[in-house]
Amino acid sequence: MADIVLEKVTKRFPDGALAVDQVDLTIADGEFVILVGPSGCGKSTTLNMIAGLEDISEGELRIGGKVVNNMAPKDRDIAMVFQSYALYPHMTVRQNMAFALKLAKTPQATIDQKVDEAARVLDLTQHLDRKPANLSGGQRQRVAMGRAIVRDPAAFLMDEPLSNLDAKLRVQMRTEVSRLQKRLGTTTVYVTHDQTEAMTLGDRVAVMRGGKIQQVGPPQELYNHPTNLFVAGFIGSPAMNFMPGKLEGGKLRTKLGDIELSDSMRQTLERNGGSREVIVGIRPESFEDTSLVSEDVRKHGVAFPASIDVIESMGSEVFAYFTLDDEGGPAQSAELEELAKDSGRADTGSDSDQIVARLDPATKIKEGETAEMWADTRKIHIFDPATGENLTRDTGDSAVAGTAAGTTSPTTTPPTTTPPATTPTPS
Amino acid sequence: MAVSTRQKTGWATANTVIIILALIPVLWIVSLSFKDPTTLTSATFWPKKWTLQNYRGIFQTSEFTRALINSIGIALISTFIAVLFASMAAYAVARLDFPGKSVLIGMSLLIAMFPAISLVTPLFNIERTLRLFDTWPGLIIPYITFGLPLAIYTLSAFFREIPWELEKAAKMDGATPFQAFTKVIAPLAAPGMFTTAILVFIFCWNDFLFAISLTSTTRARTVPAAIGFFTGSSQFTAPTGSIAAAAVIITIPIIIFVLFFQRRIVAGLTSGAVKG
Repeated sequence: MADIVLEKVTKRFPDGALAVDQVDLTIADGEFVILVGPSGCGKSTTLNMIAGLEDISEGELRIGGKVVNNMAPKDRDIAMVFQSYALYPHMTVRQNMAFALKLAKTPQATIDQKVDEAARVLDLTQHLDRKPANLSGGQRQRVAMGRAIVRDPAAFLMDEPLSNLDAKLRVQMRTEVSRLQKRLGTTTVYVTHDQTEAMTLGDRVAVMRGGKIQQVGPPQELYNHPTNLFVAGFIGSPAMNFMPGKLEGGKLRTKLGDIELSDSMRQTLERNGGSREVIVGIRPESFEDTSLVSEDVRKHGVAFPASIDVIESMGSEVFAYFTLDDEGGPAQSAELEELAKDSGRADTGSDSDQIVARLDPATKIKEGETAEMWADTRKIHIFDPATGENLTRDTGDSAVAGTAAGTTSPTTTPPTTTPPATTPTPS
Repeated sequence: MAVSTRQKTGWATANTVIIILALIPVLWIVSLSFKDPTTLTSATFWPKKWTLQNYRGIFQTSEFTRALINSIGIALISTFIAVLFASMAAYAVARLDFPGKSVLIGMSLLIAMFPAISLVTPLFNIERTLRLFDTWPGLIIPYITFGLPLAIYTLSAFFREIPWELEKAAKMDGATPFQAFTKVIAPLAAPGMFTTAILVFIFCWNDFLFAISLTSTTRARTVPAAIGFFTGSSQFTAPTGSIAAAAVIITIPIIIFVLFFQRRIVAGLTSGAVKG
């Protein structure tokens, strides 16, 4: 058991590429922290630096209060689960799990006891004498976990441990990992590119982009109060919808119509320079079929007509896809381009102008028709297109008042955790 | 894709032809070795009169038995040392980035391509000065030199095959780099090691040039060279039968070696071939 502290940790590769740029992160003892980000954001490099598989160019890494920058992996007392599981193919499951203990010269009786215990926890007892080649993907994954837990290490490091499993097994193992971590209470750093895993597993999530931590916080805080465009777009599935907007005379002009801003919001925005172009972000669930919104709630948002392209009914919810083509193109920003690339949207060539709305299953909206939609303007986010910064972050959910301006008092929710996120430089 | 009967017969014919072509000289020398000296020149493929005379003959003189011991000893020692060093070098080539890596690879390639005949005279002089001439080390050292590039090349292909994450996992499990190598990497590279060992062994076993140039007595003379010194029963008889018998004898260890490790070699060669 130990805490892990990263202080201005930087990784510069011999060819000059900056993989990790001054990362500050404090992981408390027993905490489950997720590093998430698109590929190439430096999350795996960060993990490898904690593991000791990668040298630290600058900065300081402390595990359990000890500076371990120059310590070999074997002296750091941490266990790692690899994406490919990295099971030793020439050893049986038992030998795989016992390998670390054997190297540590643990007495055979203790080894047997610990391996049996781990096998019982992971439901591997009947497979102990088989070779990894004869196991299924899920079993291999459990052996990899078992190899980590038999050691009672100070911390677990997991490098996308579930990404080689098929979708169903992944969900199952996700709960398994979560349960295991709670039960053992071991400090865990978990790397993933899957925002669902990030949201569901961790006590805290650190979103990385281009070697820098964008935001660290509990999943819900990242979801409700993203610090910038990148975090807003990365966290959440389906992703947040973005559209260009314009601040003019205390009003926000968008494709959805004009939105009145709350007083405090207007002040914050005006302090940053009067009328300007902005990017407006709305979560899919902030939309609703207008006919299903009660009169007194309706005033907190804007209603607008939308011609529905596709309806996806999931049973418990309905996704409606539509585009609003009345003015301008889609919102433009370096961060949004990167997100599109990461999600594969850039490759499929689908319209980045498209808006996804999550509606109540009671909706009667049909594909191809023009429906009256409603957007809850209390829940919109306003971003600076140049820096990507969330201009409404500190004002919380009620950043923007409904059309009846000022009816809701903005509840200020300052970020409870984490150092301030670095503002990404627009490229 | 279904293979038609025509294609099957086509392949079968081609395979048979090639096997016959490859085996005729072997069978020929086997048949020669069983021929009686008097019928040696008879124009039949199989001996009319079978005899073990030739085999008895070569084992009666110490010339051949001594050469056989030399051959086995020198080839085994050279192979062992070459594979040992080559596995370390190949591991470094496959895994590590160090200054002069490309120079090392280039140098070993250069040695492999260097015509051995041009080195024989200088080696002869060097070994005479160093008193290595006509000794086991006098042959073992050049064999290691020429076996190493071959071994490094084959082995580095095998090491590249082994997922790097296994080594990382071993390190995380508390292994020193040496333990990671001996307990995880080397066992997995075993097929590659066997393949390499066999290739190097065959190279040492078959060598004639160094064996004839760097030896002068039976002290270190290996079988290929010793065969060249065979004499007939009289000055005027050619030792054809004895040579054939000796050739059969020295082929046997290779055949046993290859048959014994065949499955490993095949597995090794294909797994090495995917990524090289």
